[in-house]
Amino acid sequence: MLDYFIPRASSFSGDMDGLFNLIVYGVGFWFVLTLSVLVYFMIRFRHSVSPKAAYITGEKHSESKWVHWPHYAIIVFDVVLIAGAIMVWVQVKQTLPPKDDIIRAVGQQWSWSFVHSGPDGKLDTEDDVLTVNDLHVEVGKVYHFELQSRDVLHNFSIPAFRLKQDMIPGRTITGWFEPTQEGTFDLQCAEMCGHGHGIMGAAITVHSPESYQATMEAIQNGTYESEYLKRLKEGSTPINAKRPQVSQNEASPYTEKLLSSF
Amino acid sequence: MSMHGPIATGRTATGIPTARLAVWWLLSSEVFIFGGLIACFLLFKFNGAPGFQDAVLTVTWAGAFNTFVLLTSSLTIVLAHDAAEHGDKDRAFKYIWFTIFGGLVFMCVKAYEYGSKIAHGVGFTTNIFWSFYFTMTGLHALHVLGGMVIMGMVSFDIRKGYNLHRAELVGLYWHFVDIVWIFLFPILYIANF
Amino acid sequence: MSQATTMTEAHAHDVHHEESFWTKYIFSVDHKVIGLQYMFLGLFMALVGGYFAYSFRMQLAFPGQEVPLYGLVSPAEYNMLVTNHGTIMIFWVAMPVLIAAFGNYMIPLMIGCDDMVFPRLNRLSIQVFFVSIVVLFISFFVEGGGFGGAWTSYPPLSSVAEYSLTNWGSSLWLLAVALEIVAFLIGGINFLTTTMNSRAPGMRMTDVPIAVWTINIAVIMFMASVGPLVAGAVMLFMDQRLGTTFFLPSAGGDPVLWQHLFWFFGHPEVYVVLFPAMGIVADIITTFSRKKLFGYRAILYTIIATGALSFVVWAHHQFVAGIDPRMANIFAVTTLLISVPIAEMLFCYIATLYGGSIRYELPMKWAMAFLISFLVGGVTGIPLGASGMDIFFHDTYFVIAHFHYTFFPIAILAMFAAIYYWYPKMFGRHMNKLLGEIHFWGTFLTFNGLFLPLFLVGMAGQHRRIYNYQHFPDLASADLQGIRIFATTSLVLLLLFQIPFIWNFFASMVTGEKAEANPWKANSLEWVAPSPPPHGNFKELPTVYRGPYEYSVPGNREDYWPQHMPDRN
Repeated sequence: MLDYFIPRASSFSGDMDGLFNLIVYGVGFWFVLTLSVLVYFMIRFRHSVSPKAAYITGEKHSESKWVHWPHYAIIVFDVVLIAGAIMVWVQVKQTLPPKDDIIRAVGQQWSWSFVHSGPDGKLDTEDDVLTVNDLHVEVGKVYHFELQSRDVLHNFSIPAFRLKQDMIPGRTITGWFEPTQEGTFDLQCAEMCGHGHGIMGAAITVHSPESYQATMEAIQNGTYESEYLKRLKEGSTPINAKRPQVSQNEASPYTEKLLSSF
Repeated sequence: MSMHGPIATGRTATGIPTARLAVWWLLSSEVFIFGGLIACFLLFKFNGAPGFQDAVLTVTWAGAFNTFVLLTSSLTIVLAHDAAEHGDKDRAFKYIWFTIFGGLVFMCVKAYEYGSKIAHGVGFTTNIFWSFYFTMTGLHALHVLGGMVIMGMVSFDIRKGYNLHRAELVGLYWHFVDIVWIFLFPILYIANF
Repeated sequence: MSQATTMTEAHAHDVHHEESFWTKYIFSVDHKVIGLQYMFLGLFMALVGGYFAYSFRMQLAFPGQEVPLYGLVSPAEYNMLVTNHGTIMIFWVAMPVLIAAFGNYMIPLMIGCDDMVFPRLNRLSIQVFFVSIVVLFISFFVEGGGFGGAWTSYPPLSSVAEYSLTNWGSSLWLLAVALEIVAFLIGGINFLTTTMNSRAPGMRMTDVPIAVWTINIAVIMFMASVGPLVAGAVMLFMDQRLGTTFFLPSAGGDPVLWQHLFWFFGHPEVYVVLFPAMGIVADIITTFSRKKLFGYRAILYTIIATGALSFVVWAHHQFVAGIDPRMANIFAVTTLLISVPIAEMLFCYIATLYGGSIRYELPMKWAMAFLISFLVGGVTGIPLGASGMDIFFHDTYFVIAHFHYTFFPIAILAMFAAIYYWYPKMFGRHMNKLLGEIHFWGTFLTFNGLFLPLFLVGMAGQHRRIYNYQHFPDLASADLQGIRIFATTSLVLLLLFQIPFIWNFFASMVTGEKAEANPWKANSLEWVAPSPPPHGNFKELPTVYRGPYEYSVPGNREDYWPQHMPDRN
């Protein structure tokens, strides 16, 4: 259901969408049932049809079972949901599959710095590749990430990956993802971080191996053109053709002011 | 405004006098405030936040002496309550003022402690331990001060023979202030680990 | 003089000596006047909060353009508007109207006594509350503008002026919230003591209307949850003003600690405002379906169970906040378990309708709208409480849509239900039905038009508190913008539909059809007092013989059986 709105671009996004469907259909069943009963009672027992009300206390077992049985059913149903929720949670947040590469994201008011590990696959070495507001990854590789913040709380959020994690100053938080679909996606700060929170976006580009190499070289040669700025100018690659872009000349003067302050 | 209160105030469906019930509720809401502070303190302490070794620098004898003073003043307020129960206005008045005097001694020792800390260059912002120390003892001292003022006000009414039951109410409050101190004293002064 | 007079006349008739306008309406110690003061202040703040919502929704729909009646919305102002919209709607609308206004007005009437036990404490409560509003308003106009770090005010953003850029705004905002909390603690002690001690003779615990129960349970929960937040607020205030480092990681502090303190309060707070709404709705649906409440005790137990459980779910707001991921599993379990008592409570309400004889008067319409909308709010919380799913939904508009489907029914739909229900009691006159119908349908439909679309943008990954989505190209598409414009249009209509209400509310005080003491033929004691109740409430303080929900009892001539009536009706 979610993939109608947003692409599935990481290995666990399918599981999460599956969990969402489970919740929607399961909860939806109960919702529709309860609502139908409520609306039926509202219509069936209106004054003009039912001029005299019954006297039912709801204290006798024969009466209260109508409330208790659905509620036992809900407990059973909750257990299924909890199991599903915890399975996805454990997969995303509590396991760390062996890494192919590692990146670091550093948030500050109000931009992102990314450190790509370079050919040696290690951070804090000579061959690291640094970018601002532009993260590049290769499709099909397992990435570990380190999240840091220079000032306030930020949140490393990639909706297409179904991934979110707060970044806390003074701590390094690790996690993982595996991109599965090539393309460029939004990377958001999803935690209120001050006046410029609304401009704290970045782009994550999932490359084929060849394109990844070429981009890394271009960055080091200085011939690289930022995907993020390109997207801001042109708008995103449409997720589906039904979505033309909002005209960009409606920019607010404040946006430009904030942007030019960097 | 009419001088006599509403009929509602005189009713006691629970059997507990209204004023006493209200003080209990007041104290229970205070428990959560101090409880929150103490819980935060302990969380920091057990997570190894820097600065907590400074607990050795607190003046343990001063804290111990203050504990003794507060416990004694709790005794005198109980005696005041007892006197009020028996309608002995003057004795109740006297014991309330003993209690206020106890509070005063407590505040003097506190002032000495604060003064010597600040003289040694230790203040609010030195580290988190001292921030907690001044916040918790300061909030507690405000409660002591408030209690002294209230007791002073109540005592004159009692001497005139009005509202004798208020000796019990200030007593409840004073015991609470005492108990808070009994929690603060070990975690701030004794537990130097 | 007839009982059904305007408020002024009734007061003049009953007070012992002539009082000036000031002592009668501004510095009064009468619980009814204080209740009305809370209600008027709360409704006024609702207008302020609505105006804020209008301003930032317009900015979202038409980014960068002048908003009529506001002007350009800068990013800083946008943050200020969303922050204070949230703060106002929770602390200065939902709580004062649902708990303080109806609690003050109705508790003494419903339990059959003449006033609160501590009238002057009550007056102190409204005065502190008023000061808190003044402080909040000052915070909007100080240098740097109002606080914009979200109503959750996570440090270090909220504690360090260099980060928030609202040096005094942050502190005054915090001070205002703290004062509001103090006002409620004072008032809450009064509510609890009054209900425990001043019930009418013969009124057992199980004869108390659910609305009184829920307000009191809400007060107890508020007391227990707000204490740690008060401690946290003291610490945050000292971080802001004295330079301590409780929440500053660079000096050994811990910003996540604040989140725990805040949500330990913040989650029970949801139920603090929900319960009074549920209680009011219980009274309304029994009155208008002429049915005894289905399972009085069951409802009471589910309320207590929900209240207790709500203290151990707080970290579901922090699944992705950097807490130990193992902790999330525990909180996912407790969070989903809370659906069990809440669902049972709703089932009891639905079962109450079974076999009834439902009259769709205006209060009943609002109450039904509350039940239906709250059902939506309840089920949409489940994807958020399911930890795995929350990784995606955290801080998206799905969250916004979800909690507005809980808070809007609570604070607005149930509030209107209560106002339409008790208006004849409060002012001795009926409200105009036609205007009421326009108001009801207009509000209910536009409310859904406003928040249903937000589920969709949330599912598209749209995150909160962003003043303009053009920096997030995936979210800047024309169809998402179309949804935003639709939601904003609904909001503008929603606000316009409040005009008939405001007119109706004030005009009916003068021109409305006069109401008798018990216009809805309800059982509880507030309907024994004249409408509007004079100073002292009852001509003769009532004695209680039975519970409040004895409708359609077999063998009675009438289909209602008031609590104070000794014999068969």
